[in-house]
Amino acid sequence: MTTPQLFFAYFAVAMTALSLLIVTRKNPVHSVLCMLGLFIHIAGLYLFLNAEFLAAIQIIVYAGAILVLFLFVIMMLNLRKEETVKKYQAQWPVSAGIGIILAAFLVLILGNITVLPALGEYSIEAIKSEGSMMTVGKVLYTEFLLPFEIASIVLLVAIIGAVVLAKKRTE
Amino acid sequence: MNANDIVWILIKTIGVVAVFLIHVMFVQLFERKAIAHMQSRMGPMRVGWHGVLQPIADSIKLFFKEDIIPTNSDKPIFFIAPIIGVIAAVSSLAVIPLWEGFSIANLNVGILYILALSSVGAYAVILGGWASNSKYSFLGGLRSSAQVISYEIAMGLSLVGVMMMSGSTNLSDIVSAQAEGRWFVVPQIMGFAIFFIAALAETNRVPFDLPEAETELVSGFATEYSGMRWALFFMAEYAGMFVMSALAVVCFFGGWSGPGFLPPVIWFLMKVYAFIFLYFWIRATLPRYRYDQLMGLGWKIFIPVALANIVLTGLIKILLK
Repeated sequence: MTTPQLFFAYFAVAMTALSLLIVTRKNPVHSVLCMLGLFIHIAGLYLFLNAEFLAAIQIIVYAGAILVLFLFVIMMLNLRKEETVKKYQAQWPVSAGIGIILAAFLVLILGNITVLPALGEYSIEAIKSEGSMMTVGKVLYTEFLLPFEIASIVLLVAIIGAVVLAKKRTE
Repeated sequence: MNANDIVWILIKTIGVVAVFLIHVMFVQLFERKAIAHMQSRMGPMRVGWHGVLQPIADSIKLFFKEDIIPTNSDKPIFFIAPIIGVIAAVSSLAVIPLWEGFSIANLNVGILYILALSSVGAYAVILGGWASNSKYSFLGGLRSSAQVISYEIAMGLSLVGVMMMSGSTNLSDIVSAQAEGRWFVVPQIMGFAIFFIAALAETNRVPFDLPEAETELVSGFATEYSGMRWALFFMAEYAGMFVMSALAVVCFFGGWSGPGFLPPVIWFLMKVYAFIFLYFWIRATLPRYRYDQLMGLGWKIFIPVALANIVLTGLIKILLK
C-alpha cells in the first residue's frame, strides 16, 4: 500500500470502529466521547483531502458547539435509570440483516465506479493557489448567494421558534 | 517531505514545548509574587532567592502526592479529562509565530485552528466535572459548558475584524499586515476589548472563574482531583492563558515586531508577559461576576457589539477603497 492509502485505511477503520462504539456504549457520556473522537477523525480526513477550512469548521461547529450542547443535555438526564433500560428493541436482528444486505450491495457497486479527473475551474491546484477559505467564500457569496441566504433564513426561523417556546407566557 | 524535514519538525516541536512548559511552571511564581506585592505581602520567600525555586518544589510535591480517585467516579473519563485539557492547550502553540518565519506549522487557517482547540479544551472541564461524581464538580462542569459556548461566539466574531483587515487567517500574514507599527488595536479597539474579555472567560480566569469559584463550589470541576492529575488541569489553565495572550499579541499588537535594538522573539515575549500581568492585575482587583450577569453580558452585549464591529469594519473598508 502507498502512504495515502495507509492514511485513508487508518481513518476509515478508526471511524467505523468509533461509530460502532457510539451506538453500543451503555453510558451516553461515553458515546459522546467516542463521537468527539469520530469528529476529530473526520476533520483529519478533510485535512488529508486538502480541505483545511472544512476541517477547522468541522471541529469548531460539531465538536465545539453541537457536541457540547449534547453533553449539556445528557448530563442533566438521570443516567442511573437510563443505564438499566434495554438498549435495543426486539426487531434488531431484522434491522441488522437489512443493513448487511445494503452493505453487500454497496461493495458490489464499488467495483464498477470509475473516478473522473477533476473538471471545471476548481481543480486542486486552483484551490491551493488561492486557499480553500477564499475559494469557499467566493463561491458562497456569488454563485450560491440565494441558497446561502435561504439557509440563513431557515436558521433564523428556528432561532425565533426557540425564543417563542422558551418565553414566559404573561396572561 | 523527506526524513530530514520530519526530524527538523520534531526538533522544533520538542524545543518549543519544553521551553513553553518551563514558562508555564514559572509564570505561576510570577502570579503569586505579583498578587502578593499588590496586597503588600512578600509571596513565596523560602525556597531559593526570593522563592525562585518554589515552582520546582511545588512540582516535586505534586508529582509524589497520592493520586486519589473517588469511589463512584467514572474512571476512564476521570483519567482522560485532564489529558484532553493539556493536549488542547499545548497543541495550540503549533501555529503561533514566535518570530519572522518561525512557527511549527504555518497554517492557512491559523486563527480557526486555535479557536477549534480552545473549544476542545472545554471538554476537559466538562468531562472532569461530570466524571468526579460530586455535586460541586458537576456544577462547575455545567457552568463551564454554558460559559464556553457563549463566549466562544463573541471571541470568534471579535477576530473577524482582524481577518477582514489583513485578508487572511494565517497568523504570520496577520503580523506582516501590521508592519511599521500599524497595529490593529487602533482600528479594531472594539474587537480587541471584546476579544480580551472573552479570552478571560474562555480561560476561566477572574472575574469569570465561575467553574471553579472557591467561595461557593470548593474548587469547582477540580474538587476531586489531586496530585499529578490536578497539576495537569492547572497546567492547562496557564497554558491556555499563554495561548490567548499570544493570540492577542499576534492579532492586535503586531506580534514579534518592535524597534530593532532587541531581537523579535524578546519583543514577542515582552508583549505576551504584559498581557499575562494584566490577567494577574485583574485577578487582584475585580470581584467575581454573578452567573446570570455573566450569561447576560455575553449574549446581550458582546455578541451584538462584535457584530456591529464587523459591519463597521466592512463599511470603512469599502469607503477607503
